[in-house]
Amino acid sequence: MTTAPSTPSKAAAGRPLLDVRAVSKRFGAREVLRTVSLEIASGEFLTLLGESGSGKTTLLRLVAGFEQPTAGEIWMHGERLDPLPPYKRRVNTVFQHYALFPHLKVSENVAYGLAAAGTQKAEIATRVKDALAMVRMEEYATAKPNQLSGGQQQRVALARALVNRPKLLLLDEPLSALDANLRKEMQSELKSLQREVGITFLFVTHDQEEAMALSDRIALLRHGALEQVASPREIYARPATAYTAQFIGQTNLFRVTVSNGVAQCEAFSFPCSLPDGPALLSVRPEAIAIEAGAQQPPDAIRFSAVIRQQIYSGATELLELRTVNGTTLRARIPSGESLSGAHDFVFSSADAIPVRE
Amino acid sequence: MYSRSYKLLISVPAIFWVILFLLFPYALMFAHSFWSVRDGVILHNWNFANYATLFQNPVYWQVLLRTARIAASVTLLALLLGYPLAYFLSFHAGPRKELLYQLVIVPLWVSYLVRGYAWKTILGNDGVFNGFLQYLHITHEPLSALLYSPFAVVLMLTHIYTPFVFLPIYASLEHIPRPLVEASGDLGASPRATFFRLILPLSLPGLIAGATFAFVLSLGDFLAPLLVGGNSGTMIANIVQSLFGAAYDWPLGAAISIFILVFTLALLGLAQRLEKRWSFE
Repeated sequence: MTTAPSTPSKAAAGRPLLDVRAVSKRFGAREVLRTVSLEIASGEFLTLLGESGSGKTTLLRLVAGFEQPTAGEIWMHGERLDPLPPYKRRVNTVFQHYALFPHLKVSENVAYGLAAAGTQKAEIATRVKDALAMVRMEEYATAKPNQLSGGQQQRVALARALVNRPKLLLLDEPLSALDANLRKEMQSELKSLQREVGITFLFVTHDQEEAMALSDRIALLRHGALEQVASPREIYARPATAYTAQFIGQTNLFRVTVSNGVAQCEAFSFPCSLPDGPALLSVRPEAIAIEAGAQQPPDAIRFSAVIRQQIYSGATELLELRTVNGTTLRARIPSGESLSGAHDFVFSSADAIPVRE
Repeated sequence: MYSRSYKLLISVPAIFWVILFLLFPYALMFAHSFWSVRDGVILHNWNFANYATLFQNPVYWQVLLRTARIAASVTLLALLLGYPLAYFLSFHAGPRKELLYQLVIVPLWVSYLVRGYAWKTILGNDGVFNGFLQYLHITHEPLSALLYSPFAVVLMLTHIYTPFVFLPIYASLEHIPRPLVEASGDLGASPRATFFRLILPLSLPGLIAGATFAFVLSLGDFLAPLLVGGNSGTMIANIVQSLFGAAYDWPLGAAISIFILVFTLALLGLAQRLEKRWSFE
């Protein structure tokens, strides 16, 4: 396969590869997507993340052409996409359950798109061979899909899509049918494959860890609307909403009242730079530490709480805390000895991220 | 799960039924096919004379050939009608699917005889069709060739067996996972290419089953030729019927029956192999 320059800078890309403009989709009375606008840069790995029913698969199907938007437009490379039938779009899909053609051999499955495009026989043969080599499935060229394991079918589905050199590859929860170990393995393979071929990936998943591990950017969908679009680091470190903070990783939410630069909640108060009025703050469990008695930075916020539960998970452990006024909090600390009773805890006010409801 | 004796016990009625009403009569008929009849008495002298007659007397093999030709025409016509209908219902009928499906099935609840007589009324000299042609001044006298001809038999059998062709084809089309159809379009195949490269191959088991139904059922049909076939539309089952009836030549009738039975079994075996070859479960 030709190798396009990998990891192109998003700013330099100029015009986006895919431009979803104010797209809505209804199924009868059910509004599945509400005015979603999204731009995807060339070479980007963008993940649509959301719970089931959030509209992520519907958005993917609109881009593929299996559904028509109720309102809005979809553009790709300056060409309007949404009036075109699927077979006229330079987009290929890896389906959730692979959708390999059961009556065709692996090589014939991979050749399907090239044959449909009227590619020369000799070229089909070389490209199919290369595509199968890319996913390390050459030796299965003559097998039928039902003779392959889930992971192998997954590779064939990838090869079948990538062999057509689409501008955009759509992946609909492609790893969800695999068991945990294989899924981790395929994740890293998928990531390196994407760098190698330089094709833009639009990936759908409900698994936030998978989204974090793979994506350049994550678009979090909730009830058919975009909640936040940002890089994994940014979306984790600076969640815009309480929903984002809770969906991606775990968090503690504090409802505070700010007056004259002091945030006040039931458990404690601390100086902050927020405007006066009510606010919602998110503090990640790993930002909270047990006070060791050593000197603390000036912005440290102290509180004492009783450890209710200690959940061990290897390198770290999760503490479930109950403060004096009854608030339940979670702290993630490096694993150490068994703890119980009341302790003093501390976190930096810089780790208290204001979020919207 | 269940004990051997229990399994044996519950299969006794079925085995008994099969022996009494299937194997025993066939054995009897098989024996008859090697006997002969003289002066209205069946002689138990074993010989192959009946089979020789079947292949040497042009009357029999010509009727056999005509029967096969009619059955083949019915099969072809029923496929041409049944496949597009099944395809439309399965892929394009939308919310009317259930209703249309029922409409295809409903004629099966109407007696075969009633449907046969209906064709008599339609094709006869004073029938609906001739009346219509004369009303439009396309013809000036009734076309008598319509009724009592192989054409009328083919028409009636096609009408009767098209649902039998439709059903297995529809079932196999419904069985095709829709993501496969989407995947085909996604890979750049036009609807036409998707049909020929994906849908048709995957529906072949249903198509073969439907074609087998139509062919085998038409091959053994005797009511349609009786009702609308006339002399030129006589089929092999009518010959068998008369041999067992008025002509009183059971041995020859049995020989023809055995021949058709073997032919049909061979056909069913072939169809089953083809279906297996093309199924991908």
